[in-house]
This record gives sequence, structure tokens and C-alpha cells, in this order.
Amino acid sequence: MKFPILPEQASTTAVQVDYLFWFLTGLSALLMLIIFGPMIYFLFKYRRLNLVDRHLPDFPTHRIEITWSVIPLFIVLGIFVWGSSVFYSMARVPSQGLEINVVGKQWMWHIQHAEGNREINELHVPVGQTVKLTLASEDVIHSFYLPAFRIKQDVVPGRYRTEWFQATKTGTFPLYCAEYCGTFHSGMIGRVFVMSPTAYEQWLERGQPGDSLAQSGERLFRELGCSGCHMGNSTIRAPRLEGLFGKPVPLQNGTIVRADEKYIRDSILLPQLQITAGYEPLMPTFQGRLSEDQLFQIIAYIKSLGAKTPQPLP
Amino acid sequence: MPEVRPALAEQFDSLEQQHEAATLGIWTFLATEVLFFGGLFTAYVVYRFLYPQAFAEASHHTNLLYGTVNTAVLLTSSLTMALAVQAAQEGRNRALVRCLAATIVLGIGFLLVKGLEYREHFAHHLVPGAQFALTAKPKTELFFWLYFTMTGLHGIHVLAGIGVLSVLAFMSSRLNFSSEYYTPVEMGGLYWHFVDIVWVFLYPLLYLINRHL
Amino acid sequence: MNATETAPCADVAPEYGHESENYLHQHTIKSWLLTTDHKRIGILYLLSIIFFFAIAAFAAAIMRLELLTPAGDLVHSDTYNKLFTIHGVLMVWFFLIPSIPAVLGNFVIPMMIGARDVAFPKLNLLSWYLFMMGGACALYSILVGGVDTGWTFYTPYSSTYSNSHVVSMAAGIFIAGFGSILTGLNFIVTVHTMRAPGLTWFRLPLFIWSLYATSLILVLATPILAITLGLMAVERLWGIGIFNPHVGGDPVLFQHLFWFYSHPAVYIMILPGMGVVSEVITCFSRKQMFGYAYVAFASLAIAFIGFLVWGHHMFVAGQSVYAGLFFSLLSFLVAIPSGIKVFNWTATLYKGSISFETPMLYSLAFIGLFSLGGLTGLFLATLSVDVHLTDTYFIVAHFHYIMVGGMVTGFMAGLHYWWPKISGRMYPEKAGQLAALVTFIGFNLTFFPQFVLGYLGMPRRYHAYPPEFQIYNVLSTAGASVLGVGYLLPVIYLIWSLKHGKIAERNPWKATGLEWKTSSPPPVHNFEETPVVGEGPYNYPRLDHEDLEHA
Repeated sequence: MKFPILPEQASTTAVQVDYLFWFLTGLSALLMLIIFGPMIYFLFKYRRLNLVDRHLPDFPTHRIEITWSVIPLFIVLGIFVWGSSVFYSMARVPSQGLEINVVGKQWMWHIQHAEGNREINELHVPVGQTVKLTLASEDVIHSFYLPAFRIKQDVVPGRYRTEWFQATKTGTFPLYCAEYCGTFHSGMIGRVFVMSPTAYEQWLERGQPGDSLAQSGERLFRELGCSGCHMGNSTIRAPRLEGLFGKPVPLQNGTIVRADEKYIRDSILLPQLQITAGYEPLMPTFQGRLSEDQLFQIIAYIKSLGAKTPQPLP
Repeated sequence: MPEVRPALAEQFDSLEQQHEAATLGIWTFLATEVLFFGGLFTAYVVYRFLYPQAFAEASHHTNLLYGTVNTAVLLTSSLTMALAVQAAQEGRNRALVRCLAATIVLGIGFLLVKGLEYREHFAHHLVPGAQFALTAKPKTELFFWLYFTMTGLHGIHVLAGIGVLSVLAFMSSRLNFSSEYYTPVEMGGLYWHFVDIVWVFLYPLLYLINRHL
Repeated sequence: MNATETAPCADVAPEYGHESENYLHQHTIKSWLLTTDHKRIGILYLLSIIFFFAIAAFAAAIMRLELLTPAGDLVHSDTYNKLFTIHGVLMVWFFLIPSIPAVLGNFVIPMMIGARDVAFPKLNLLSWYLFMMGGACALYSILVGGVDTGWTFYTPYSSTYSNSHVVSMAAGIFIAGFGSILTGLNFIVTVHTMRAPGLTWFRLPLFIWSLYATSLILVLATPILAITLGLMAVERLWGIGIFNPHVGGDPVLFQHLFWFYSHPAVYIMILPGMGVVSEVITCFSRKQMFGYAYVAFASLAIAFIGFLVWGHHMFVAGQSVYAGLFFSLLSFLVAIPSGIKVFNWTATLYKGSISFETPMLYSLAFIGLFSLGGLTGLFLATLSVDVHLTDTYFIVAHFHYIMVGGMVTGFMAGLHYWWPKISGRMYPEKAGQLAALVTFIGFNLTFFPQFVLGYLGMPRRYHAYPPEFQIYNVLSTAGASVLGVGYLLPVIYLIWSLKHGKIAERNPWKATGLEWKTSSPPPVHNFEETPVVGEGPYNYPRLDHEDLEHA
């Protein structure tokens, strides 16, 4: 039977987290010694039948209490600062990176690369490069957990979450769902393959995906009739989508929101929620007609629409 | 009519202690009720913040007249309740019974108006479910769910209060409360005022959002 | 009749009560089921919670058997999921939350403050009936097929997707919750208004302070649970759209509401244990508590700060970074008053006169296991480390160290400490000490490997797992069998002691405290006359070695 003690350390984050973890372990061991060393000594020395001097001097109780309150307070504040700074760097997703979409559904992970490669329960990534994962759920709350990288995010239906990592060594590492999600929660596991950049490129090509994510999105855009209102000459006045992604959008109620992934997703599924200023609330909802995978594709397509006018449609 | 010789429960050492315990008990109970309604209020506030337009529109479909009448009814009932407590303390038994009766009548009136209101909502297809009519905005149905849950829970408390007051009225017909002992009336009064205060918060939240008169 | 200044060593004849009228003398069913005597109600609770503990422990046994092998080959996945749900629900709401408060608190609090009963005895009986009704609903839910949402009922799984009997289980918890609210209310009023003359707040035993703080949480937090489960049930039954994202609801709102109650709830599940430890440590070291006021205030501080840390269950759930920072900081702060208690207990041992009867063994075990569990809490309060450890076996180990190593151990300490008072009999001391040792060993063997599992990355609530985790699971299951024996032993010898145990004297431990002034078992009304208190608690005499023979 295998007897593992330490998990693999395969990302930049893992190194930072492990320093903190082992510091805490050492600190805990020290504190246990500081408390239980004396305690065991007292239990032994002052056991009932042991005749020793039990004369109790007057203690400066308040000073003692304050001391052993303030010193631990400073220690925990120190841990807080250290832990928070590491957390902040984990939470701040780098602006540049390889973007990969992950959809969790009972009970599997669908992974889509921008080039169009799809995987189920497996994730191929290059070593030494920042990888940004956008996570969505089809149904219940899942959690995308890569223990070797020390990262985890709950995947909550109805919103997008992001996780990022930079792998530091090649190899195969586990992937687990870490939020109980029903019958086969423990079956919702997989593997991450970290490869050299060249091997990764080769893998991408070998996958022969056909359409990239954006191309698949464009096809959906046409098939579902979005282009009917949002492009070309249409009697229905709908906001133009070229160059929209990332820009501020003024809404009917006077507020301004940024057109990010969540905005696009909400506009497709709950179009009545945020009406663009100056437009009528005419868009129908596509709730139930699009899976999270397909939403990612449409979003990728809209992202790809720069300021240029798209080709006229056949 | 015999003077009330309040029974000293055997766990207490004095009437004073018994009274103190009853008072602290009812206040603690009311604190739990605040937390209880508080959970619902929290849910309401969160969704009101997330979907302001839907909530404003849905709230326009509540019956402002019924709501305002009910507010007046409950506030008046708190007045009659306060008068009842004072009457009990001063040993004026007939006044006590009359004030309790008035409070009960007002309470029943509140529930009747609420009943008429619910009937109207049903007729206008504002009851959440298959027949719900306001589908234009996504969260109007949730508003009405919260509306029915919050006013329903409040209504149950009003009904319970009417029950308590009826017991008090019955007790007063047999005994004479006085400044020496009027604890049940006092406790009942506190509960009734609490039920009134909850309504004072429900009314603006449910009826008055974005209402321009 | 007057003061309570009896030398602890003197053999004083019972001042109050006559044995023939002790509270156990009536035997009819009616005298039990319609009792308003706080002592009998405590025993009713004792029997009920043991029943639920047995079911929940049985579920755990099956789980641990399943986890012996990596494959899910003992029970079906759905069954496993139902087992851990039932284990959690029953242990939390039908064993731990009532345990010390409703059993020992009910029994001891009135006597400890010199009262004849709690403030509202009939309400006390109602509490037990609400508990039993809730338990009946929970049992019904189990018998018709069980629930598989986990004890945390996260939406939208519980409100939309699960095919199990969620609503009946939620109803059971809802009803039982009202029972615990009323218990808390009763204790608050009792402690405020029924203390014996001369028993000022700062002369109260620390058990009372702990239970008072617990009662504040019971009363303020439980109503939120009621509404949260209610909303979840309504969502499930009528699809109102409050937690369902497909119609714009927010599943994370459920988590905020749920943990706003459930974090304070864990303090309900540790503070009473701490109270027991304070009583036992002082008695079995024959010493005044070091830093009494600090320990008392620490209980209140834990209760207060405990309401402000709920988001630490949600660091990866989707709350903002700034919310995470706030909750992390406060979670560190709540460790401080717990640390103060541990330091004060240790200092109390200094220059004491220490004996190692069963209650003391359990209390010392409490301090050790709670400290370890609490230190692992620091790991989890640290944001970046929690990202890796949350939802793994590290969490499972952490909370079992606190709730089992802490609270259950504290319950055993209290049960043995007050057993002579409750039953009029002594339990067999050697058997007690053996069981304590077996439990300690079994407990550590069960749960320490789970810390390693968590750090290695094994997620919780996994029916089957990758083979590299097997060794630790095997160790854990082995430990669980030892732990099971450790818990079975007291059941056997405590029942044995009812018939064959040595007859207990009024104050077998020579402890201070008003409850030891009455006979064992006490008379129905505890005291014939309300005692008058002239001194603080734990007034054990200063020790020089000549006094040891009598101490």
C-alpha cells in the first residue's frame, strides 16, 4: 500500500501555500509543546500523593492574562497578513494567460480550449505558462480542485468563476470535484496533463478540433437567429456587438456596466434584467436552449468581434 | 369578584421574582421573533437590491388602500391594548375587558381586510404559480412569494395574538387584576405591540416602494 | 438555614432533603412523560439523545467500513450519500446541540444556583416534546428513504435536484430547533432571575457562564436556521426562485443565511464542554480557577465574535476578496478567547493537588484534543491555505477534533462527574478510566490520519477514492472501531452501576458548588429552603502538604 506524506508541488502558488502550511504546522507543534509540556509536568509534579511545596505566591494575574492574550494576538495577526497577501496574489487573476473554459455538470467536467479542442475530465496545459480557467456549472454547485497546484474554486450555477495557475513541472496531476453534487460526486475526477510548450502545441493540433471556440460560436449565433437582430440590416433595433466586449454599457436605469462574460451571459439568459439605454426590451430569453458550453462559444465569438464590420452573411 | 391572589409558582421565591422572570422571558422570546422575521427581511432586502425595478413594479400591484387601512387598524389596536394594560394595572376591570375586546375586534378586522386583499390578489392572478400574471420582469413573482410569506407569517402571529387576548379577556371575567398582579395582561400587551411593530416595517417595504402619490 | 461554608473535607450530613423523597421515587410512565421536574427532563433528554447518537454512529460505522477500500463496493453511491447526511444531521441537531445543555444543563443549573427548578418548567417539558416531534420527522424521513444533500443542504442541489426526502428532514430540524430556542430562553431567564441570595454574577460557577453564553447563541441564531430551512423547503416545494439561478435566484445567498446560524451553532457545540472542564479541573486539582473573570468573559467573547465569522466557510464559494479578508481576520480573533481558556486551565493545575478520576481524564483529554483542533482552525482561517484545505478531509478532521474530541469528551466528563448526583450511584472507577483511555487512543487513530488525507487532497463526502489514499483510510477505520468500543463501555458500566454501583454520598468528590449540598440523588425540590451564598466558587482551601490526606 502506498504511503504518501506530501502532495505534489506543481505550481507557483503551491510553493507559497506550502511555506505557509509548514510554518503553521511548526507553530502548532511549538504551541502544543508550550502548553502541554508544562501541563504534563504539573500533572506529574502536583499529583495528589506527591508531597511538594504547594504554597501559592501572589500572581500578577492581570499582567499574565494580558501577556498571553496579546502575544497570541500578534502571532495570529502576523499569520493573517502573510496568508492574506498570498491569497490576494491568488485571487488577482493575471491579465494575460492561456484561456480555457471549464463546464461542470453532474458528473463530469467539459473542458474547451480556445482553439476548439475539447476534453472530458482531462486538462492538457503547457508548463511555465499562466493558464486562466473560466468555470461554469450546468446544474448544481461543483468545485474545481487541483490539489497539486493548491487551487480550488466553487463552480456556481448562474455565474462565472475564475481560477488561474502556472504549472512548474510536467507530469500528471489529479483533478477532483470538491463540492458535494449528488450521486457520483466522487466519480467527478480526472487528470491534468502538464506538458512542454511544444508537446502542448502538438497535442492541440493532433486533437483536430475543426472549429475554434469562436467559430463554433459564430455558427450558433447564426443558427439561433441572433444575427437577425444584432447584425446586418434588421427592422428590429438591437445593440451592435462589434467591439462591444470589455466596453462600458449604459443601461436604461441610468447605471453603467462593463460588457464582460457575465454581462453577455445574463443578456442571453435573462435579457429583461439589464436593458441597454435607448433600446426596447424586445429580446427573448434563451434560457433552457443553450448549454454552458454553447454559451462559452458564443461569448468567445463576441469577444472575437473587433471594431471591424463582420463579413456579410450568405 | 374575588381579588386576584396570584399563584406563586413553586420554583419562585417571591411574586417579584416571578414577575421579573416573566418579563425577561417575554422580551427574550420577542428577540427570537425579531431574528425569525429578520431572516425573511434579509432575503427581501437582498433581492430588492438585486432587482429594484421588478420589485417596484410588483409592489405597485399591492392594494395601497387596504394596506394603509390595516396600518391604521393595527396602530389603533396598540392604543387600545396599552389602555387595557393601564386599566389592568389600575384595577378597572370593566375598562380592561372593553379595551381587550376592542383590541380583539381590531385584530379580527385586520385579518378580514387581509383576507379581502388576498382574495383580490387571487382574482388578479398575483398568486405565484402557474397562473401568475406579471411575467414581464423576472423577479416580480419572487416579490409576491416574499409578500405572501411575510404577511402570512405575520398574520399567523396576529391570530395567535387574538388567541392570547381572548384568554386574557376570559381571565379578566373571572378575576380582578390590580397593580399587585397584572402580569398576564402586561405580557400579552408586549407581544401585541411587537406584532404591530413588525407590520410597521412590512408596510413600507411591501406597499410603498417607489409609490408616488 | 444558612451559609454554604462547609469545609470540603468534612463529612457533613445531608442538610437538605430526605432520601425517601428523592426525585426518582415515582416510577409511573405518566410521572415521567408529564414531569416538569428539570432533573427528570434532563434524563428524558439523555435517553433520547443516546438513541439518536446510536443511529448516527451506526451510519458512521458503515461509512468507515466502505472507506476501507478505494472502490465504492459496500453500498451504492446514493446510500453512502444518505449515510453521511443522516450522520451529520442527527449528530449536530439531535445529539450535540442538546447534549450538555439539555441533559447536564437542565439537571445541574437550577441546583448550581440554589433554585428549585428552572424559570419555566412547563416550557421545559414542551422543549423536550418539540425535540421528540422533530426527531420523529427526522426518523420518518430516514425510514421512507433518507436525505442525500449533506447536513448543509446546499442549494440548488437540495432545493431543485435532489430526489430525496428533504422537506420532511428540514421540518424535523425546524421543529427541534424551536425546542432548543425555548431551552435557551429558559436558561437565560433562570440565571438572571433565580440565583440564590448572595450569588452574584461573579460568584457563579463557570459552567453557568458557559451555558449562559450558549443560551444567548441558541436564542439568537436558531431562528435564522428556521427561516433558512423554511425558504429552502418552499423553494423545493413551489419553485419560488429564491435560490434557483435559472430564474435569477442566488444559491450563495442560501450559504450566507445557513452559515450565519451554523457557525454560531458550533459554539453552541463547544462552550458547554468548556464549562464542564472548568468545573472538573478545579475540583480534581482542589484549586481555585486561575483568572476566573477572564474565563467568564472569554465565553461571552466567543459567543459574540462567533456571530461575525460565518464567511470563513465560503472562502472559495464566491464571496468577494474583501469579504474574505474580513472573515479571515475575525476568525483569527475568535481563537484568542479560546486560547485564554486553555492557558487558564493549565495555570489552574499549577500547585494543585491533582487526582485522575474519570472526569479529570476526560477533561484533560478535552484540553489536548480541543487545542489541536483549534490550532488546525488557524490553518483554515488563513485564506490561502484554506483554499487548498477546504472541502477536504482536513476539514472533517478539524471539526471532529473539536466536536468529538472536545464536546463529546466534555459531555463524558460531565456525565461521570455528576453521575453520583443524578443516579445516587458511583460508576466503577477503573472501568471509567479504561474507557477514557480507549476513547482517547481510538479517537486520535481515527481522526489524525484525516489531517494528512486532507493535505494530500482527498475531498470529503467521497464514496470512492483514488488508491493512494487507502493507507490513511484504513488507519482511520481501525481507529473508529477502537473508538466505538470506548463509547460502548460507559453505556454498559453506567447501566450496571444503577443496580450494582456503590451508593453515592452527598458529595463524593468533595467539590464546592451548591449542587453538592443536596443529597445524591436530590429531592424533588432540590432545596427545602433557598440557600444563601457568602463566597465565590471553587473556594478550595489553600494546600500545604499536611492537608493532603484530607483533601
